[in-house]
Amino acid sequence: MTIPAGAPAPRTNRLGLSVVDYRGSKTTLCAGCGHNAISERILEAVFDLGVPPERVVKLSGIGCSSKSPAYFMSRSHAFNALHGRMPAVATGAMLANRNLLALGVSGDGDTASIGMGQFAHLMRRNLPVIYIIEDNGVYGLTKGQFSATADRGATLKTGVVNDLPAIDTCALAIQLGASFVARSFSGDKRQLSTLLKAALSHHGTAMLDVVSPCVTFNDHEGSTKSYAYMKDHDAPIHELSYVPPREDIAVEYDPGTTVEVTMHDGSRLRLRKLEEGYDPRDRVQAMTRLMESSRSDEVLTGLLFVDVKAPSFLDVLGLPDAPLATLPEAAVRPSRQALQEILEGMR
Amino acid sequence: MSETATAVQRSQERAAPRDRENDFSIQVATANGSGSQSSNTVLLRALFQMGLPVSGKNLFPSNIAGLPTWYTIRVSREGWIGRKKEIDLLVAMNAETARQDVMALPPGAVVVFDAPLGVGTLRDDLASYAVPFDKLVEPVTSDAKLRKLLRNMCYVGVLARLLSIEPAEVERAIGKVFGKKAKARELNLAAARAGHEWAGKIEKKDDLSVRRLDLNRGKLIVDGNSACALGALFAGVTVVTWYPITPSSSLVESLIGYLRKYRVSPDGKPTFAVVQAEDELASVGMAIGAGWAGARAMTATAGPGISLMSEFAGLGYYAEVPAVIFDVQRVGPSTGLPTRTAQGDVLSTAFLSHGDTQHVLLFPGTVEECFTMGVEAFDLAERLQTPVFVMSDLDLGMNNWMAEPFPYPDRPMDRGKVLSREELERLGGFARYQDVDGDGIGWRTLPGTDHPRAAYFTRGTGHDESSGYSENPAVFEQNMARLRRKLDGARSLAPPPEVQGSGSAEVGIVAYGSSHHAVVETRAQLRDEAGIETDYLRIRAFPFAREVEAFVAAHRRVYVVEQNRDAQMLALLKLDLPAELLVRLRSVAHVHGLPLDARSVTEEIVGKERLS
Repeated sequence: MTIPAGAPAPRTNRLGLSVVDYRGSKTTLCAGCGHNAISERILEAVFDLGVPPERVVKLSGIGCSSKSPAYFMSRSHAFNALHGRMPAVATGAMLANRNLLALGVSGDGDTASIGMGQFAHLMRRNLPVIYIIEDNGVYGLTKGQFSATADRGATLKTGVVNDLPAIDTCALAIQLGASFVARSFSGDKRQLSTLLKAALSHHGTAMLDVVSPCVTFNDHEGSTKSYAYMKDHDAPIHELSYVPPREDIAVEYDPGTTVEVTMHDGSRLRLRKLEEGYDPRDRVQAMTRLMESSRSDEVLTGLLFVDVKAPSFLDVLGLPDAPLATLPEAAVRPSRQALQEILEGMR
Repeated sequence: MSETATAVQRSQERAAPRDRENDFSIQVATANGSGSQSSNTVLLRALFQMGLPVSGKNLFPSNIAGLPTWYTIRVSREGWIGRKKEIDLLVAMNAETARQDVMALPPGAVVVFDAPLGVGTLRDDLASYAVPFDKLVEPVTSDAKLRKLLRNMCYVGVLARLLSIEPAEVERAIGKVFGKKAKARELNLAAARAGHEWAGKIEKKDDLSVRRLDLNRGKLIVDGNSACALGALFAGVTVVTWYPITPSSSLVESLIGYLRKYRVSPDGKPTFAVVQAEDELASVGMAIGAGWAGARAMTATAGPGISLMSEFAGLGYYAEVPAVIFDVQRVGPSTGLPTRTAQGDVLSTAFLSHGDTQHVLLFPGTVEECFTMGVEAFDLAERLQTPVFVMSDLDLGMNNWMAEPFPYPDRPMDRGKVLSREELERLGGFARYQDVDGDGIGWRTLPGTDHPRAAYFTRGTGHDESSGYSENPAVFEQNMARLRRKLDGARSLAPPPEVQGSGSAEVGIVAYGSSHHAVVETRAQLRDEAGIETDYLRIRAFPFAREVEAFVAAHRRVYVVEQNRDAQMLALLKLDLPAELLVRLRSVAHVHGLPLDARSVTEEIVGKERLS
């Protein structure tokens, strides 16, 4: 895996690590699979931001998408868990060690069908985790059945038509209380990279639904998750730029055309409006636009909703700064006197 | 005539009418939600405080209010605390069941009943007392709603007088139960006194009574769920995930209470996290995620939850992740009898999940063991890097038991094989599933360990020693063989069985969990009534210790006593023991939702011995 030509590619990042230190094993997914492009964008984002690989845990469920954590960041612990159950594992891991940076990779089947319950409750809890849905509208590993994010009227290669409406994971996440909800396209390098960096700077659940075409089972005429369809229907709501913490940007924007969001770590996200009046801090507006877009066959992409102040689940629990996992015995085993006191109450 | 047959004949010759001082059972029949729980606890505690061995069992419906509920208390000068089959004294407060309850009593029993129920004339072989409860509580309060509750404390007063329970102990018990709620305490004291006074004016017509003994010095009264919770507390649990389900909810709820009191740092921060999950798939998944990341993690559930957890249990076994799962068993199949007790999850939990999965199970038989095994389960899970199931049940978990004070853990926590950054630096790297020590247990690293070679890829898919994906047949077989070696090692790491008896008897009894309390009484009945000597082995863990095989080999006939239909523990033994020993195993298996009673077990063993 290499840094794409044209991207700013310093030899080493702020930690003195080079791209090699963030690589994973060779991908076993199909050539041209959108998921591989997403892995590359993840790698770029963590490299550029100088994320220590040892702090990251990569978590996934089951499916083509969920294999991909093997293809980036071999220096990070990973847990390829059960179909639709990554949220539970992520929750447990973050409870055990809140200093970890959890990067979850799921798919549309893994999330919107078998994993719907856990997905919903993860969004609701606002656990600090980046939750990426690599969304291609089909079950790839079982050879091309529709998933629940496939649009009504879309067809399979065999001619089978999808009769049921798609579940919009972004609308759902916003409704359930997620604090960072974005949609992107695996083929839009700049937008996806920027969104991933913003997600890495977010404090809470950052949900990214990334349309990621399946070249083998869902890239034909009649698919609404193909490269061709996305080229025609991708409707970015703004142009994004990410400014790392403590860095200034020279370019001045006309204030009426730009929204600036300061992220939890001090970085800033500049959203130059392509669409009049869209403010991603407005939950109701986000929902309205998503509903409208589904009627007009456009795929709205960009940062759909963000609330940088929402307390994370770990804040709600009031956990200490030190990881629970490694608290010393003296901190977690009450004293002999405590046992005496408890037993005395039972006499 | 064989020796056994003679013994059986002897047991059938009825002894002289037995002396029922300090030896009887009480059954209180009320409607669920009528507030009888406090009254029954007061009664139990008052008897306990008089130094009498007691046990109390709540037989309640799956309902919030209205359905019939029974509470049985047993007083036994011999110290038997299992359920007694026969009822000696019935307190009939529930119109719905009164007639049926009275008709079911053995001759010579005593009935204390709410006068309007009019059940005094149903039988002429009982001693009956019609108590005007409504009239007695009338002067205590003008609040009609409270009166309804106080009727129950009134029967405590009546029984105290009839049975000679010391009034001072009743009052002390009321103080204990109502604690700082001064108004409630005063009202209940008044209700108990009203009953006591009334019963002083009537003629005593029965022979039941108590007299102070001194058999409970130093002892406690506690339920098994609280004891398990304390085990987890003192094991240093840090992540608790759960989904409410009867009868395990009170385990987590009491744990939450203890954690809030005893596990908050001086800076006010908790040293624990508790999450009520969306379902049992998530609760066990969170525990597995937390165990993977190094926390002492647990969940608690019952049969239906265990079924849902099977997927993650298999992942925990195969990916080798520690977690502790408390299973407070209730009656299945399916929703079954949610508020009744059983030992029906043994077989399914031993192999919970698909493929060749096998788990470590611990079987606490007493509330003391609910505590000690509650601590030990966490050490074992981290030592063996696998889920460990603590197999309690509703009888043990939700009922109050007498107990010796729990011992403070005498060993430091065993966090198992975890490589630190420094050790990794020294070793230059590691392979997660390599059996470097010959015990089948690899070394692991915790996520977040700050070393470039710390990471490994945890997966439920086929993997090699370095945790890389592998479909290689030889690699797969080697890994599965190592896992079996690892679980074999649990035979000597888990709590050993407890053996009672001279070792020279022809008949052996094997039991586990709450069946223990019936079995110890059965052994005495077999000896005293039928002349059958027995030895007894109580299983405390699966995979079985080697002593289990030796015990079966040393006895010609071995009765495996348990609370399920299909002889589940016996089935597990059959899988483990050499073929030539299997003919020695006989099953005594009962499941009806009530705690096992000694009489039923004794009768069955006597009957089977007669045929042998």
